[in-house]
Amino acid sequence: MTINSITKSLLLTCVAALLIAGQTARAETELTVYTAVEAEDLARYAETFNKDHPDIKVKWVRDSTGIVTAKLLAEKNNPQADVIWGLAATSLLLLKSEGMLEPYKPKGVEKLDKKFVDKGAVPTWVGMDAWVAAVCFNTVEAAKHNLKPPKTWKDLLDPMYEGHLIMPNPNSSGTGFLDVSSWLQMFGKDKGGWEFMDGLHKNIARYTHSGSKPCKLAASGEIPIGISFAFRGAKSKAQGAPIDIIVPDEGVGWDMEATAIVAGTSKLEAAQTLVDWSITRKANEMYNTGYAVVAMPGVAKPVEHFPDNLLEKMIDNDFEWAANNRKAILAEWLRRYDSKSEAK
Amino acid sequence: MSTDAAALAGRPAAPTIKAKTSRDDRIMLGFILVICLYLLITLAFPLYAILSKSFSAFSFNLTNFEFQVDAGEGWSEPLSAAELNRQTGAYSDADLATSSDGRLSVVEFFPDFSFRSPTLYRIRQVNPQSSFLYGSERIADTEWHEYSSNDFRRIVLRPAAALGLENYRTYFSTPSLFRSIENSLWIATISTIITVSLAFGFAYALNRSQMRFKGVFRLVAMIPILVPSLLPGIALVYLFGNQGMIKGLLLGESIYGPIGIVLGSVFFTFPHALIIIATALAISDARLYEAAIALRASRWKTFWTVTLPGARYGLISAAFVVFNLVITDFGLPKVIGGQYNMLAVDIYKQVIGQQNFEMGAVVSVVLLIPALLAFTIDRIVQKKQVAQLSARSVPYEPRPNRRFDSICLGYCSLVAIFIVGLIAVCQYAALIKFWPYNLSLSLNNYNFEVMDGGGWSSYFNSIRLALYTALAGTLVVFVGAYMVEKINGFVATRSAFQFLAMMPMAIPGMVLGLAYIFFFNDPANPLNGIYGTMGILVICTVTHFYTVSHLTAVTALKQMDREFEAVAASLKQPFYRLFSRVTVPVCMPSILDISIYLFVNAMTTVSAVIFLYSPDTTLASVAVLNMDDAGDIAPAAAMGMMIFYTNVAARLIHTFVSRNLVRRTQAWRRQ
Repeated sequence: MTINSITKSLLLTCVAALLIAGQTARAETELTVYTAVEAEDLARYAETFNKDHPDIKVKWVRDSTGIVTAKLLAEKNNPQADVIWGLAATSLLLLKSEGMLEPYKPKGVEKLDKKFVDKGAVPTWVGMDAWVAAVCFNTVEAAKHNLKPPKTWKDLLDPMYEGHLIMPNPNSSGTGFLDVSSWLQMFGKDKGGWEFMDGLHKNIARYTHSGSKPCKLAASGEIPIGISFAFRGAKSKAQGAPIDIIVPDEGVGWDMEATAIVAGTSKLEAAQTLVDWSITRKANEMYNTGYAVVAMPGVAKPVEHFPDNLLEKMIDNDFEWAANNRKAILAEWLRRYDSKSEAK
Repeated sequence: MSTDAAALAGRPAAPTIKAKTSRDDRIMLGFILVICLYLLITLAFPLYAILSKSFSAFSFNLTNFEFQVDAGEGWSEPLSAAELNRQTGAYSDADLATSSDGRLSVVEFFPDFSFRSPTLYRIRQVNPQSSFLYGSERIADTEWHEYSSNDFRRIVLRPAAALGLENYRTYFSTPSLFRSIENSLWIATISTIITVSLAFGFAYALNRSQMRFKGVFRLVAMIPILVPSLLPGIALVYLFGNQGMIKGLLLGESIYGPIGIVLGSVFFTFPHALIIIATALAISDARLYEAAIALRASRWKTFWTVTLPGARYGLISAAFVVFNLVITDFGLPKVIGGQYNMLAVDIYKQVIGQQNFEMGAVVSVVLLIPALLAFTIDRIVQKKQVAQLSARSVPYEPRPNRRFDSICLGYCSLVAIFIVGLIAVCQYAALIKFWPYNLSLSLNNYNFEVMDGGGWSSYFNSIRLALYTALAGTLVVFVGAYMVEKINGFVATRSAFQFLAMMPMAIPGMVLGLAYIFFFNDPANPLNGIYGTMGILVICTVTHFYTVSHLTAVTALKQMDREFEAVAASLKQPFYRLFSRVTVPVCMPSILDISIYLFVNAMTTVSAVIFLYSPDTTLASVAVLNMDDAGDIAPAAAMGMMIFYTNVAARLIHTFVSRNLVRRTQAWRRQ
């Protein structure tokens, strides 16, 4: 082997190495994204995003809100996620108070409804769509039991509903918690709200673990009335369940699905690209397929089977109050309703 | 031991004779130590982690926060929150004990606080060990931070972690939590009494009558082992729920609650009780019955004085096994328990619902106590049973008796209808389009991709898990059992190993799963990498079902005379040649039994893996739970039935393979 050939082969190696390096640089960044978005929507979300950003691959880690939150908290000192896309804002507030989120002001954030953006100087999370409480009312079963459709929350206190009502347990379900925190905000945090729930408790057949179950149970006639959320109700109705979705007059609690960057991610740039994209008009239109209320005003088209007065009935939800009082509220709820619920 | 030592102490020390350890023994010791280490890492250390987690309490450390107030006359002297609390009595000690999610409002320290007043406030931490929140902004430094009174009301303190008994104090002062102890004990006791009585009747009919279809009944009785424990719960919803097919039978009682839990528990624990009791009845001595007849004792008297006492150890053992299964089961009360709180479900609620890992650990420790007690008593009882058998026993041969046989047939048919009925209901429900409004048949419920739980991939993950568990588990268990059974000397190591091998049976799955989170998810743990992989699921499942597999292996190995080893040694054959050429082929039936046991349980287990699966390793059994949780009950039933059919297929393959292998390897048994 001559010097020349050595130089040649060295050169070739260098070129090859450069080529490979160039390849990897152009090749995709993979983001680990934690989410609680319904399984059937995930592929569509990633696909739409990849149309604009083919170089960023989304690796979904999906579970229910409670489990994703527990997982994130458990990984507090060793975060595995890069981005959270589609988790309840109340959960994100919890993570924020643990210092687990990276503040970032996404491009175009000013176009969003203020309600949907974190109040911090540099926001740590931005909302996607709202997830609104509603009552699923099975007309067939109600007729069997002679139940009138309730118009307001307070209507549900009527003794005729006794044993015909079901709602999620706020200790295990995000939907349950948003119901409870909205009643406290609407009817009085110290007394009124609890008095309402005392009355409601008399009529409740049982509390479920998950938030979608009451509506599905109402849809299958297992119980005439399920306190759940509108999105679930619309889906069940589309499947042919004999239910009406009722939005009580006093107003309804809501939470939003939101997006945030996990502090400590090594792929900050790609994460920021994803968050920027997640608040674009296109993304909002994408959320609108399932959700009637989205973060960007003027985007939402009515969704089939969704009650049309939903937006005006959404209460002015104080997320910060709810997050900071969550523990106390849940403890009080447990004391009042869970310890009473032994065998009849 | 100690008396010997005392006796020896007076005499001059005699040279102790010690058996020389051979090379084989040292290699075997190496194996034992490796498997001991495995059990330490997968069992003892995680349990220690959960125990220490339960003592990791969170409380507000008031001495760490200082305040200054400016009511227009300049800043006051800094006062600590502890001092302010002493002055105002705003919070009691109980208020200061909290969980990791605790928040404490600060305005309570200032009785004359008004958010409209022009007063300014300052707050700081003395040491950066905890933090406070302004709204949801986390502030963890030690600087002074200044706020107007309107902003100041948004300040809340966050707790710091410390070691202590606070969690236990909170647990026992929260009625909704500690009432679960009573509920769990009550349900477990009732279920035990019913299951053991039913199983005794069934076993009695199988052993003591000449009724027909015994083979069918034996098969049917084993069905519940093949399905997850929560499947009967789903069937009960379809039978007795508000839209149930035969809801009227409950006379207006709700199936959601104790009734449902007990019915479902009887279903899924029945085969476990039956196996133990049937074994106990099978070994009874015919000579006692001959004596009873000779003494002209009535059948009734014979039953009470011969049959029952003969089976008493089996009955006690079955009772404790059932009790343990019911009290540690999680899936069933989750599905059908309604508002009736049970310990195992509490762990799930604390961890998943409230992210309160510490309280989850406390409930786990509480759940460990009855489980450990039941286990210990059972072990003591089982040791006594061995003395029952004697070499002169004559097996009892039942004589035909038409009336008695038809009663037995009727009774067993009823039990069989109960078992087959629940399974059939699940299959029927899975095929209905939209219960109860559209009863046309469809396969829609098998479209798992659009539901929670991970879709069809969770089903294939489960099969992978079951195969890996069966392979790895059988290997580890059998090698471990062989080494510990055949090694010479090393008494202390052997008994330590035996103890470790027995422990998993006493550990509820939920506790094991949670313990794994604490132990393996710790970034400081070098094994952290397996967290979230299939590996941790396999390890967890092998460990969870270690004991029964180990006992099966030991029983098989005990049947082999130790002289095999002696002969091999005298022929200068190393132990591994003996192991592979003789021991393994001879024990093949038991090895296959262990692997099918591990396979079936890996398919159906929920409790241990519920905390450990990751999005890439979702499991069918967990999917059943999650789909039911989301209200997709029919798809949950559909997935449950997939597990059932898979296990049936595995059983059939197992039977087929065993028959062939037995023909090939066990020809020597047929003299």
